[in-house]
Amino acid sequence: MSRQSNRTTDSKKMNAELFTLTYGALVTQLCKDYENDEEVNKQLDKILSFTLQMDKVVLALSASDVSHQPTPHGGYNIGVRLIEDFLARSSVGRCQDFRETADVIAKVAFKMYLGITPSVTNWSPAGDEFSLILESNPLVDFVELPDNHSSLVYSNLLCGVLRGALEMVQMAVEVKFSQDTLRGDNVTEIRMKFIKRMEENLPAGDE
Amino acid sequence: MADDVLFEFLHMEMVSHIYKDQASRGEMDKDRATCVSTLEGMGFRVGQGLIERFTKDSPSFKDDLDVMKFICKDFWINVFRKQIDNLRTNHQGTYVLQDNKFALLTQFSNGKQYLEEAPKYLAYSCGLVRGALSNLGMDCVVTAEVSLMPSCKFQVVIQKI
Repeated sequence: MSRQSNRTTDSKKMNAELFTLTYGALVTQLCKDYENDEEVNKQLDKILSFTLQMDKVVLALSASDVSHQPTPHGGYNIGVRLIEDFLARSSVGRCQDFRETADVIAKVAFKMYLGITPSVTNWSPAGDEFSLILESNPLVDFVELPDNHSSLVYSNLLCGVLRGALEMVQMAVEVKFSQDTLRGDNVTEIRMKFIKRMEENLPAGDE
Repeated sequence: MADDVLFEFLHMEMVSHIYKDQASRGEMDKDRATCVSTLEGMGFRVGQGLIERFTKDSPSFKDDLDVMKFICKDFWINVFRKQIDNLRTNHQGTYVLQDNKFALLTQFSNGKQYLEEAPKYLAYSCGLVRGALSNLGMDCVVTAEVSLMPSCKFQVVIQKI
């Protein structure tokens, strides 16, 4: 068939587009189902905290004894599966500290799943907060935010993902977008802050 | 580029969310039909978009059978990473596409377990096919049936107006 030409090289790109388009359809459906953007943001975060598990982080911090409740289903589920997938494919070992975690997230995990390598910058003096700068965000390839949805954090998925992921490695972190190209900024910036290390929990059985 | 597995996970969570969502919205007897049609609708729009991106540089198709062959080979490979295993038609507008190892069902079971749950996970893909065909000029109805996982059959019936 004369159409064969460059199919194989395109197939990876097609997969990316399939994912992007599917995600767009999901966000649209959520916008239809829920009244306001805040609710949609929450749902996205919940559904989609897909985890990029970095394996156990060994930190010289006093372990807190807070029994942390795992975040509700959806996001957690994707996260747990994705982490196993990540570990199966990469040979990343234990991360020694938060800096190494940041590097692994940016250079290995993002590259593996989204094909982009964000840069890690803006470390806080205490070394517990940093920014991931994404020059391009594959999730927003065909997307424009209309005016009435200006507070929608379209890519909230990524926050939920990262948060859920690191939770699986007993790290509680706070993740949020500080800049977003969809809202007019030049780059997309995700700010990650280390909160505390969690006690190793038994697998959640509280669905 | 985005890993195949990302789409699979997203799809799983999407299905789960739509069902949970419908259930929790008060009406307990919200039937599966609504969920299925929501998922199918989402697939439809994505299918339309995908096929446009995919075929913008290719020459037009000779006839319906040519279109179906394209769906079975190139489209299926790009979306589900393999070809359709078997295409049958009655040459009167009905086509049956059989995939013996459907990508979205392989994680489920290798037999009859969870058979009742399978249709939920096929709705989106039916929509994908329907959307793709719709933008190629073919209006049709796409349904899927599963009797033994991970093999499934998609039936495409072209609507002649």
